[in-house]
Amino acid sequence: MTASQTLFAKLWAAHEIMQRDDGTSLLWVDRHLVHEGSHHAFAKLAERGLRVACPDITFGVVDHYAPTRAGDVSPDIRRMIETLGDNARAQGIHLFDLTDPGQGIVHVIGPEQGLTLPGLVINCGDSHTSTHGAFGALAFGVGATEVAHILATQTIWQRRPKTMRMTVDGVLGPAVTAKDLALHWIALLGADSARGYAIEYAGRAIKALSMEGRLTLCNLSIEGGARLGLVAPDQVTFDYIAGRPFAPKGAAWDAALVDWAQLKSDKDAAFDREVRIDAADIAPTVTWGTSPEDALPITGCVPNPADMTGAKREQALAALDYMALDAGEPLDGIAVDQVFIGSCTNGRIEDLRLAAKVLKGRKARVPGLVSPGSKAVKQQAEAEGLARIFTEAGLEWAASGCSMCVGMNGDRVEAGKRCASSTNRNFRGRQGRGARTHLMSPAMVAAAAVAGHLTDVRPLLEGRT
Amino acid sequence: MSGWTTIAGRAVALPQANVDTDQLIPARFMSAPRSAGYGAFLLHDARQDQADHILNRFDGADVLITRRNFGSGSSREAAVYALVDFGIRAVFAPSFGDIFQGNAVNNGLLPARLTGDQIEMLIASLGANDAEATVDLATGSATIAGQTVSFDLDPVWQQKLVNGWDDIDLTAQHRDQIKAFRAARFAAHPWALPAS
Repeated sequence: MTASQTLFAKLWAAHEIMQRDDGTSLLWVDRHLVHEGSHHAFAKLAERGLRVACPDITFGVVDHYAPTRAGDVSPDIRRMIETLGDNARAQGIHLFDLTDPGQGIVHVIGPEQGLTLPGLVINCGDSHTSTHGAFGALAFGVGATEVAHILATQTIWQRRPKTMRMTVDGVLGPAVTAKDLALHWIALLGADSARGYAIEYAGRAIKALSMEGRLTLCNLSIEGGARLGLVAPDQVTFDYIAGRPFAPKGAAWDAALVDWAQLKSDKDAAFDREVRIDAADIAPTVTWGTSPEDALPITGCVPNPADMTGAKREQALAALDYMALDAGEPLDGIAVDQVFIGSCTNGRIEDLRLAAKVLKGRKARVPGLVSPGSKAVKQQAEAEGLARIFTEAGLEWAASGCSMCVGMNGDRVEAGKRCASSTNRNFRGRQGRGARTHLMSPAMVAAAAVAGHLTDVRPLLEGRT
Repeated sequence: MSGWTTIAGRAVALPQANVDTDQLIPARFMSAPRSAGYGAFLLHDARQDQADHILNRFDGADVLITRRNFGSGSSREAAVYALVDFGIRAVFAPSFGDIFQGNAVNNGLLPARLTGDQIEMLIASLGANDAEATVDLATGSATIAGQTVSFDLDPVWQQKLVNGWDDIDLTAQHRDQIKAFRAARFAAHPWALPAS
């Protein structure tokens, strides 16, 4: 009898081509996703005169620099998009370019197109590749040197990470989402707490999440330091995948279901670290500082650095200075200049539905941008009447891309402006130089838009179904 | 990439936690080709906002001492290019961004872990000045501002830094094994190939 195994161990074993004496493993990569930022890696390949080893399982998409608003695109941005197109054509890689109906943010379209499947190893030169772990895939971001290596060999050298199981018991409260859960645990444990671990999310609250919720949670694993997050696939997963364009069909589908049924941690499997969280402890959560670990329930107040010591105190002082906040100020009431809904974290249909539920029949007091995570999400949101709710509330309905989460395409928050944002990073200058970002769920962003300040979304959803 | 075993240079302290990749290189600079040099982009906004920023005062620094979670965030290797092109060859911190530290080693930059107490001691010793620093990969030790410390580094990374190994060349030796693995995997699990 073989020893009990974790889901992670099963996935690792299924992809390990060999292990070196020093313990490093060579892993097979089932899917490699590239975007405009992969230009450094293609240049490395060209320098060596190499070709892409497996173009049939390499896919490209325009997202980081995709323009989302009408008007001229700067020559720099146009060149980035054209370079990806040139590289994809030269190497025979399927490309979702700006004219393709499948275009969108790489971590939104992977699942949407059926490219992301349980049991695969998925790599992309983007840290939020952890998103795809929501399907029970080993998915992690890599740098340009590693992208070049995968392009050239379809493999990657990895040290085996330790395993952590994060069990979330109980039920999330009304209007408390996967985003709140992620910010909650990162604040509780720290932005580097899961460094060196592969996290498996488990427990009743996780099983109850939709695919969209699981994607949000796994997406944010990297913000807690983990390279990857996992959720064991179940019927929710299979129902999501069935019928997607690149998903298996016919006999291959039947075989897949048999294989995927094995993708769970065995009952007695041992993890290197166990963390338990009670879903009932989680309120709608917002960040106040410049790291995702600087998060608190909306019912709380900006922390007081005077209550802290040493490096922690210096860090809090610097964060409050950058964010222009006063110690002890209630979070509910902090005025915002604008809002943003979108990104690989929270740009999916369910996110837009929840935000629209808050905004329906209401007006935003501040300007804002809504960028759906993909063209397919955009089309669905328009068909469901959500786009109209956003525009009638006074928000701008834009095209799909990474947009104002990272500002590469020119959608930026101006210096000194405060933005309530459904994105993943509140780093200094992330949304634009001097921009002040507060991370929260799309529902909470919608609430901030309606109130003109950070506020608890729960009263705004009372009586709305 | 050429390997190295020792550094003899100057160290400075950047006493901040969570110096993330968006700070190390703001996204707006990332469309530049590497050949243009990324050194000027390093901590661009902080250095422009603060004329007396430590890296403006000591632009010949080789070694950086900083607080926890350095290089957290994005997978952008450009953050490492900015450090390397500026002239930084080793960073000492209690913890590093996971993808960042791999990127660092792939570009000959040492991400060396020390305890929080060791880092605070070095920060206190350096203050707002630079000081002599030597780093030895063979012994895993460094002397910075007169203080000698042993640092924590994955032995695989140590070898890689010393030898300047290039993974693509190493992996090429396993070409046949990889080819066989692919064939066996997709034969046993045909669903793993994208449907066409």
